[in-house]
Amino acid sequence: MSELKDHAALAENFNADELRVNWHDETLWFIRQKRDRSAHAIPDWELLRETASQIKHNVLSNLSEYLEQFEANAKANGVIVHWAVDAREHNQIVHGILKKHGVKEMVKSKSMLTEECHLNDYLAENGIEVIDSDLGERIVQLAKEPPSHIVLPSIHKKKEEVGELFHKHLGTAPGVSDPQVLTETARQHLREKFLTRRAALTGVNFAIAETGEFVVCTNEGNADMGAHLADVHIASMGIEKLIPQRKHLGVFLRLLARSATGQPITTYSSHFKKPRKGHEMHLVLVDNGRSIHLGREDFRNSLKCIRCGACMNTCPVYRRSGGHSYHNAVAGPIGAILAPNFDMKKAADLPFASTLCGSCSNVCPVKIDIHNQLYKWRQVIVQEGYADSKKTLGMKAMTQTFASPATFRLAGKAGRWFMRNVPLAVSNKLNPWYKQREMPVPPKESFGEWYRKNRK
Amino acid sequence: MSSREQILASVAKNQPIPVALPEIPIFSSEKSDLVEKFTTVAVGIGSKVFRVNSLKEAKQILLKEHKASKRIISTFPQFSDVAEVSIVPSTDPHTMEDVDLAILEAHLGVAENSALWVTEELLPMRVTPFICQHLALVVSPKAILPLMHHAYEQIGMKDYGFGVFIAGPSKTADIEQSLVLGAHGPRTLTIFLLEEQ
Ligand code: SF4
Repeated sequence: MSELKDHAALAENFNADELRVNWHDETLWFIRQKRDRSAHAIPDWELLRETASQIKHNVLSNLSEYLEQFEANAKANGVIVHWAVDAREHNQIVHGILKKHGVKEMVKSKSMLTEECHLNDYLAENGIEVIDSDLGERIVQLAKEPPSHIVLPSIHKKKEEVGELFHKHLGTAPGVSDPQVLTETARQHLREKFLTRRAALTGVNFAIAETGEFVVCTNEGNADMGAHLADVHIASMGIEKLIPQRKHLGVFLRLLARSATGQPITTYSSHFKKPRKGHEMHLVLVDNGRSIHLGREDFRNSLKCIRCGACMNTCPVYRRSGGHSYHNAVAGPIGAILAPNFDMKKAADLPFASTLCGSCSNVCPVKIDIHNQLYKWRQVIVQEGYADSKKTLGMKAMTQTFASPATFRLAGKAGRWFMRNVPLAVSNKLNPWYKQREMPVPPKESFGEWYRKNRK
Repeated sequence: MSSREQILASVAKNQPIPVALPEIPIFSSEKSDLVEKFTTVAVGIGSKVFRVNSLKEAKQILLKEHKASKRIISTFPQFSDVAEVSIVPSTDPHTMEDVDLAILEAHLGVAENSALWVTEELLPMRVTPFICQHLALVVSPKAILPLMHHAYEQIGMKDYGFGVFIAGPSKTADIEQSLVLGAHGPRTLTIFLLEEQ
């Protein structure tokens, strides 16, 4: 079998078109800035983050109890609850429900979990057509690509490319690229799907142990259009999506959209508690490696993630390498700390796709120490022998350097001298992060030197 | 062992030692006029807001704004001259497909994000506020609360089959981040702050 391309190689493809990379970079940075404005408008933002993080901590430490409580309450509400150990079982359960109802076509709203499980492919193999109803997801589905971002699935696509796809698949006139016109076309196209599909699958943003209800957030209204028109509503959720009580939604709903896009809240925050009279509501609780992840002390915090995408928007590596270079359903910094848990060998390159600048940890609404985990994964991956040799060498040197403050000071000094005098030598092939980049001009003196000199 | 038992056992084995649930602190909220704040945020995300003294006034505004509307539905009997006001819940939701305008009531609104809380009991059927081309929601200005926490305090443990916070018209920015109103749900949202007489 041929070696799969790693993040660096895939990023190189993405970097071939510099104008496009710049555009991608700026678009995401623009969203990051909107997030900042929105967060700064809340005086208690840090307290809100801390509270959310602590609630999630409580959730993780009592997860088995909350799962049982949630199941009991959901059942009492008339919801049919399923448990799936892995992706395969999840797909089989969904297929089983559809088969029972003789359903051959289904609409689906955004669910990264079903991407993780490759549900669409599985159902297609079994003769069931899935239509993704989120506009961004529909775009990448028509392009036969996976989403490149968990909140903005088609963020890597130019409007002209969307226009081409719509011309080919939805019959718009050639050359049309006006977002207004294209969105209207998708609206008409998907409305027909909503009205004719008898089954709808949605993701879950939050599930409440205390009440057995679950909340789905969208801006487009596609989850609701699907669920309220279909005979059967299936909701798929990872077991870490639980929160203890309804009132905790106040905390999480304030954080989610502000962190994601800078909106004060998504247009719709839909609370599904009971099925419509005479209809079925199914809920699939999926483990797929999460319970094992829970046992890794250094990494379990990543299960607090509420999938806002802020860490991706802020990440200098994500912005300039694109979501597809992470070859994982969830890209960016969070993807890079979740993926090695599932398959350390396949994801061995991902924790290295970072500058460890820490910007991700700073914006994370549930205060996951993302950059620390990236650093820790690197060591685990090297120890387990999965790292490639170039990185192992650098890693060893770096570990030694950081282990001794004296060497660190020296290395810094030498590095600065080296960069000032032979910059091109640093920006060479051996240093994967300097491809397509000029090195910044190094300061004449380090902060350490400056501080010592100016400290009275 | 069933999958359920297997998952629960694995989770129980791997979860860290229990950490207490934190109290939700009292968060500081806007000192300014709540209705004003609500209105500013609502308009900022594409809603229209009117302060009215009667449903009659709201009706005049709506009929002017939505002249082309053919099929109007409402839960307010006061709209019976222009709208279908007695849709039974057992109606097939697909028949709502051609509704141009729906005029419904909201329990409360939240100033910080202009979200309006609506539950099933205020809806002819669940799909109504999503499938209509245009949506109007009526709420009392006294029911505008500062933050989401206050909203959930009010909601408490109330039972419902379905409830939703609605903030603005449906929208998407999935094509090059250009904001387009009217994704799959309503193209416009009109909010009436109805002074109680
Ligand atoms: S890790 Fe934090 S910032 Fe990244 S998607 Fe998850 S919640 Fe958002």
